[in-house]
Amino acid sequence: MLYEVKVFISLKEAVLDPAGAAVKSSLHHLGFAGVEDVRIGKVMTLQIESTEDKIEAAVTEMCEKLLANPVIEDYRFEIEEVVSQ
Amino acid sequence: MKFAVIVFPGSNCDLDMYHAVKDELGVDAEYVWHDETSLEGFDGVLLPGGFSYGDYLRTGAIARFSPIMESVIKAANEGKPVLGVCNGFQILLEAGLLPGAMRRNKDLKFICRPVQLVVENGGTMFTKEYEKGQEITIPVAHGEGNYYCDEVTLETLKANNQILFSYKDDINGSVNSIAGITNEAGNVLGMMPHPERAVDSLLGSNDGLTLFKSILSHWRERNAITS
Repeated sequence: MLYEVKVFISLKEAVLDPAGAAVKSSLHHLGFAGVEDVRIGKVMTLQIESTEDKIEAAVTEMCEKLLANPVIEDYRFEIEEVVSQ
Repeated sequence: MKFAVIVFPGSNCDLDMYHAVKDELGVDAEYVWHDETSLEGFDGVLLPGGFSYGDYLRTGAIARFSPIMESVIKAANEGKPVLGVCNGFQILLEAGLLPGAMRRNKDLKFICRPVQLVVENGGTMFTKEYEKGQEITIPVAHGEGNYYCDEVTLETLKANNQILFSYKDDINGSVNSIAGITNEAGNVLGMMPHPERAVDSLLGSNDGLTLFKSILSHWRERNAITS
């Protein structure tokens, strides 16, 4: 089965995000005074050939080993089956 | 004494590192391409700065899985001196040989200039030729040198005297102004400033050469005792 997996990676709450802070300040300059916080993260889209019982553990391992750095980053992911046309 | 200078795709301080130990320190050195798997015959390992794998994903994240890294980890576990400078430091963090992680500099700027460092621990294999508290001038060149670790890790680093260098003035937002730390055993050092760029007064400073002299002098003492 072919799956499309979206992995979302963000800096942990406790870790200051200087790029996010700069974007927030720029949004304030544009007049969006209500913006209280901006956190910049990454989204990765993976196409993976796997099975229903293995896919979640495999993606978790990918995140822990390479895609995220657990010291400063959190991750979550969404798995969807790719329906053939 | 013979050093390995590891070369990753995107390393750009490898020539300076080689020059520092070969020409200025006067010992043997060899480049080792990241695809190699053995560090047999080397007494110390140097991971140079640069932008390995274009800093894709995170700095050092992909280089950390280069074939040579298993031998680097083995050399570290055997107690051999392992020095990672700048991107080399980032690779050591990603490899888990050192605790913590790097963030973008707090002001988002790439900082490239000589900075004042304070030698926080003078008794180690990397700093034995410095005095504790000595102020030295060594250049930095990084966009992601903002060192982060949690409070528990910071307390451990302090308690074990693992912080060897700190910035005299905070330049990038690093926790405790940390510029360089070792592992618990003290034989793996990661630092953002470039000692290999400060090995001759013609370059503006030779304070970095003292670090390489320390490694050599420690190695000579240890070998005299064991042989």
